[in-house]
Amino acid sequence: MPDAIPITQARASGRDGDTTGIVGEARGLVYAAGGKRLIDGIDVAFRDATRTIVLGPNGAGKSLLLRLMHGLLAPSAGEVRWQGRPLDDRGRREQAMVFQRPVLLRRSVAANIRFALRLHGRADNAEIERVLDEVGLADLAGQPARLLSGGEQQRLTLARALATNPRVLFLDEPTASLDPASTKAIEAIVQRAHARGTKVIFVTHDLGQARRLADDVLFLNRGRVTEHTPAERFFDRPSSAAAAAYLDDHLIRR
Amino acid sequence: MQDFAQAFGLAFGLVFAADPDLLEIILLSLRVSLTAVLIACIVGLPVGTLVAMGRFRGRTAVIIVMNALMGLPPVVVGLLIYLLLSNAGPLGWLRLLYTPEAMIVAQAVLIAPIVAALSREVIEQFHNEYAEQFRSLSVPRHTAAGALLWDARYSLLTVALAGFGRAVAEVGAVIIVGGNIDHLTRVMTTAIALETSKGDLALALALGIVLLTIALSVNAAVMALRLTAARYAYA
Amino acid sequence: MFKRLIQGLLPVTLAAAILSSPALAEDRSIIVQSTTSTQNSGLYDVLLPIFETKTGIKVNVVAVGTGQAIKNAQNGDGDVLLVHAKPSEEKFVAEGWGVERFDVMYNDFIIVGPPSDPAHIAGSKDAVAALKAIAGSKSLFASRGDNSGTNKKEVALWKASGIDPKAGSGDWYRETGSGMGATLNAATGMGAYTLTDRATWISFKNKGDYRIAVEGDEGLFNQYGVILVNPAKHPNVKQAEGQAFIDWILSDEGQAAIAAYQLDGQQLFFPNAKR
Repeated sequence: MPDAIPITQARASGRDGDTTGIVGEARGLVYAAGGKRLIDGIDVAFRDATRTIVLGPNGAGKSLLLRLMHGLLAPSAGEVRWQGRPLDDRGRREQAMVFQRPVLLRRSVAANIRFALRLHGRADNAEIERVLDEVGLADLAGQPARLLSGGEQQRLTLARALATNPRVLFLDEPTASLDPASTKAIEAIVQRAHARGTKVIFVTHDLGQARRLADDVLFLNRGRVTEHTPAERFFDRPSSAAAAAYLDDHLIRR
Repeated sequence: MQDFAQAFGLAFGLVFAADPDLLEIILLSLRVSLTAVLIACIVGLPVGTLVAMGRFRGRTAVIIVMNALMGLPPVVVGLLIYLLLSNAGPLGWLRLLYTPEAMIVAQAVLIAPIVAALSREVIEQFHNEYAEQFRSLSVPRHTAAGALLWDARYSLLTVALAGFGRAVAEVGAVIIVGGNIDHLTRVMTTAIALETSKGDLALALALGIVLLTIALSVNAAVMALRLTAARYAYA
Repeated sequence: MFKRLIQGLLPVTLAAAILSSPALAEDRSIIVQSTTSTQNSGLYDVLLPIFETKTGIKVNVVAVGTGQAIKNAQNGDGDVLLVHAKPSEEKFVAEGWGVERFDVMYNDFIIVGPPSDPAHIAGSKDAVAALKAIAGSKSLFASRGDNSGTNKKEVALWKASGIDPKAGSGDWYRETGSGMGATLNAATGMGAYTLTDRATWISFKNKGDYRIAVEGDEGLFNQYGVILVNPAKHPNVKQAEGQAFIDWILSDEGQAAIAAYQLDGQQLFFPNAKR
């Protein structure tokens, strides 16, 4: 297995089924807490520039996997690799994450973006305006961020995440507590980011959303990968019983 | 009970006559205590922030010590500073004893632990909220510390206020290192102690009322600032 | 970020900076370690302006108990010592802490008590007998218990009476561990007798219905002395200015000013400098 593929080569080669075009991967990943293996030996590779939807019942380890892949948590065993190397601080700076609950600084909308841009050494006003314009918040630039509506706050965190042009964007149920219109707006922003080449890894419970966004689906159950297949195949004929049960359950309820 | 009525009358009289001696004492009280608060913040805020953000061995012990130091008796602090600043002490050559500067040092020592301990609590709350997001953004530690301090600034104002309240109200430390010298180191509390020892309880109480009014005004001003900030969800 | 924090604290910083502008430095000033009785009686408020106008030397008085004043002076935290405990003062000079001791003035101690007079000592001129009566009737007695000049005098009187009041400590013998004023406040508050110097008593404003029970005993004589702190021990001592103050207070002008000071029509201190 080639450990370091030059990015250009990886992107140029379009072959399926091998490690070229892999932007990040987990190898033998285990995360244990309180004597429980919450992530129980996961091997998965994420192809660059695609949209991976992570599905699975509550407690399957979806959020944990995202945090491990993003380096927010240290694995108990196994490793996370990024661009063919162990994930390190430099690698993390190419990643971004949007959490279910927006965490915003007690400052203005523009100041929240400026804070993120400054970390990458480019915080001019034109750039801030461009970033806010992208998510439709330019008019609210001077508003206190924490007085925005829930949907606006999540758009702002998304703008902040995208401001630094990440190679991969992790999203942990970003629309779980939003109304349909806000959800649509978030999805549109994610789609545009993907169109510009950003890899998307998106945790959701919303099957409609999964269908709208997914290139491939990663299904987790009890800390393990049950299946990782192209979206159409997953929704047509899930190969595992757990995934089938999950789909049935959610389709009936909907 | 007669003392109370007399005290209120005296207090109003002193204030409205803008008694120059009283004004001098009030200004010195404010100068000493505000400067002490400033120094205590310069020392205490970084310490509080460091402990709030840090995960190191003995952290709990450090927090316990910090919290315990909040209860430092002013007399003990006064005595320690006296022994340091006395001509016979190691820092006697500074010639600071019986000066307002000595009183500032004593009060700063007295309230720095308060600022450190309370700011540690405040900053830790903010840290718990921001930590994961900051890690996601790869925020360097010093930038994170600055951001926490800045975002918590209105809460920290209350911390500074707690320090100020303690400083401006204490008598034990300043009377030892300041000496309660007329027109030089006499502040509100030492003046109150003096009038009490003269048996002029009404005047002592009147000065107490004036001191209370000053403390109320400072508190009201800070509260107004916080409420304004809260309206913008910045606090 | 820290810069912005500083900006956030700007109002405080600014206020502190403005208020911190140092008080005008007194070029010529001395520190006199003295007692609460001289300070509380208002004597210095009269004496010092005269001296300061005449010489341009500012006198800063630290008023504490005699014991603490002597201790502070030994530490070099003062230029002149003006207290009232002759044996301690002589020891201070003998040990080399002070240059020379001079008598300045005197007044007397008195025993004050409640009008009910539980020990039946009112009108007595015998302090030792009065203390015996107080101890015998277990009437409340408030002692300063702070090693001050007044306290030393009280201890000497008990010794003369042959009674160890400490045996009744916490019971009828109450040691406040505080200054004269605080002890008077405590005594009037709990109905106890106490020993005080006359100057403090006359100027004390919280007498309530208390009155003088014992006065006029020769043993209640209260001598004040003045000493220049020894520059040989503490080079920082302002010898010239301190000596100027001592010379003046012992001079005819200083002595006359002491004699002229009255409160409620009563003379508080009687000058007795030897010449």
